[in-house]
Amino acid sequence: MQTTLGTPTTSAILFFLGIAAITLYITYWAARRTRSTKEFYAANRTVSAFQNGLALSGDYMSAASFLGISGLVALKGYDGMIYATGWLVGWPALIFLIAEPLRNLGKFTFADVVAFRLRQTPVRIAAAIGGILTVLTYTIAQMVGAGNLIKLMFGLPYLWAEVLVGAVMLIYVLFGGMIATTWVQIVKAVLLVVGVSILMLIILSRFGFSPSTLYAAVAAKYTQKALEPGGLVTNSLDAISLGLALMFGLLGLPHILMRFYTVPDAKAARKSVLWATGIIGYFYIIIPIVGFGASVLVGRDIISKVDKGGNMASPLVAELVGGTPFLGFIAAVAFATILAVVAGLTLAGASALSHDVYVSVIKHGQSTEQQQVRVARRATVVFGILAVALGIVFEKQNVAFMVGLTFAVACSANFPALLMSIVWRGFTTAGAVWSILSGAFLSIFLIIISPTVWVDVLKHKEAIFPIRNPAIVSMTAAFLIGIVVSLMGKEATAEAAFEGEKLRTYLGIGAE
Amino acid sequence: MKSTHEMLESSEFKSLVKKRWTVSIVLTILLFVVYYGYIILVAVNKPFLAQKIGEVTTLGIPIGVGVIIAAWVLTAIYVVWANNTYDNEVARLKALVQK
Repeated sequence: MQTTLGTPTTSAILFFLGIAAITLYITYWAARRTRSTKEFYAANRTVSAFQNGLALSGDYMSAASFLGISGLVALKGYDGMIYATGWLVGWPALIFLIAEPLRNLGKFTFADVVAFRLRQTPVRIAAAIGGILTVLTYTIAQMVGAGNLIKLMFGLPYLWAEVLVGAVMLIYVLFGGMIATTWVQIVKAVLLVVGVSILMLIILSRFGFSPSTLYAAVAAKYTQKALEPGGLVTNSLDAISLGLALMFGLLGLPHILMRFYTVPDAKAARKSVLWATGIIGYFYIIIPIVGFGASVLVGRDIISKVDKGGNMASPLVAELVGGTPFLGFIAAVAFATILAVVAGLTLAGASALSHDVYVSVIKHGQSTEQQQVRVARRATVVFGILAVALGIVFEKQNVAFMVGLTFAVACSANFPALLMSIVWRGFTTAGAVWSILSGAFLSIFLIIISPTVWVDVLKHKEAIFPIRNPAIVSMTAAFLIGIVVSLMGKEATAEAAFEGEKLRTYLGIGAE
Repeated sequence: MKSTHEMLESSEFKSLVKKRWTVSIVLTILLFVVYYGYIILVAVNKPFLAQKIGEVTTLGIPIGVGVIIAAWVLTAIYVVWANNTYDNEVARLKALVQK
């Protein structure tokens, strides 16, 4: 097929400008409502459960899940579906284990919860390290993906793409804070879900609205194998370790956890997870249909010729069934997706720098509202520039392992300390610091010596550590180290404060 | 009216916390069974998932979709339970604590 992919078509530019105009207007509107820290970090806690459900979905459904999973299904068939399920199962775990306590105990960041009854300075520093590492590795993956995707879709040079993404998302976060970021996520989530739904319906219409007919066409073209599990999951240990990383990594993603402070109370936090799970689940159910449709209508050879990883499967099939205007729309939606996710990450990174490090550690909580907002904005600029710089530095690097690393760090550094601080009276400052730092560094070290980096990136023959994602080892170790260190030295003040914390955790008394 | 300490020591509060974690842990275990059961099934018994249930449709397809739906249903069970049972009890106990 002939494709206009890679050239900036009028429709793509118009849709992109439309989205930019809407989101920048939202930012203008939000900027006048963003003066206090509560507004900047937490949208004044006035986001409804449904809105937050959409915003959570927006934060979570990255270009990688939209373009990547449909591409994986297009090229590998059923294996792509297995991969998709792993991305959803963290959400129920999030609501069962931490959503409500997190909302009741915290103020702006998950570090508020970990540091609630422990010594502020060491815990805040450790939590900021865990949080920033998570956000940075995710940002690198997103920025490199963004540059390459925009180059593929619009033909824009990589460097310009990085600067454009950095500049636009910086405007959202800098001026509109959490209010603008939330609404950008909502707009993006709606566009993404509606856009992909339309794409799915048009594809299914080619097959008499019957998935079975579509599957029959897939099997006819690529044999029955395309509908059977293939080579993705062969080793249970690898699969379970990756599953743990995806499931519990979500419970340690700072930009996701931060969203729970934008709703008024724990009940709204809970309901927003149900919305998010529904929206994301629906998305992961329909995205394989788009992938299978692309493999039949466009063909695997063309998809992999345009991009080896299959990332262009959705845009290509959109062009085939809906012409250039529809391609323009889907490309603009993918662009909006990237912008929104990077904006969310930047806000989370900035809040760790300003709220956790500057206000709590350097100023010991003694700074005025005005100073705090000013520092938050400066941290946003620092983080935004850092994101663009990292995107440029890592252009030619193989960053396929970065997302796996993000989830490994999140589930090993952030999640164990968070859970233990909520449920365990005997958890101590030393236990938290050791758990966070060992989880963070162990997951990084193990992934480097695992096949993921040691063999795939560094091209050694054999890996030193056998499991592709280290979560099963690093997360377990973080829990054990947190428990052992806490048992070695009691912390009377932390134990005494546990009573008051419990009333706040379960009844919401004193929650902000 | 109860003081903070009395509330924490009350059997009502303790049973509320216990109930909350029982529900959470049971649902988490179910989630584990559903998801890791599926993943292990993929790893050890591919022919089972590859068997046809229609002309070409494999059993793996509805099972994969089923895992996603089950994850949502488990979330919904928790939310319905919390909205109908937990919240009422929280509101009642909260009113008893001295301000």
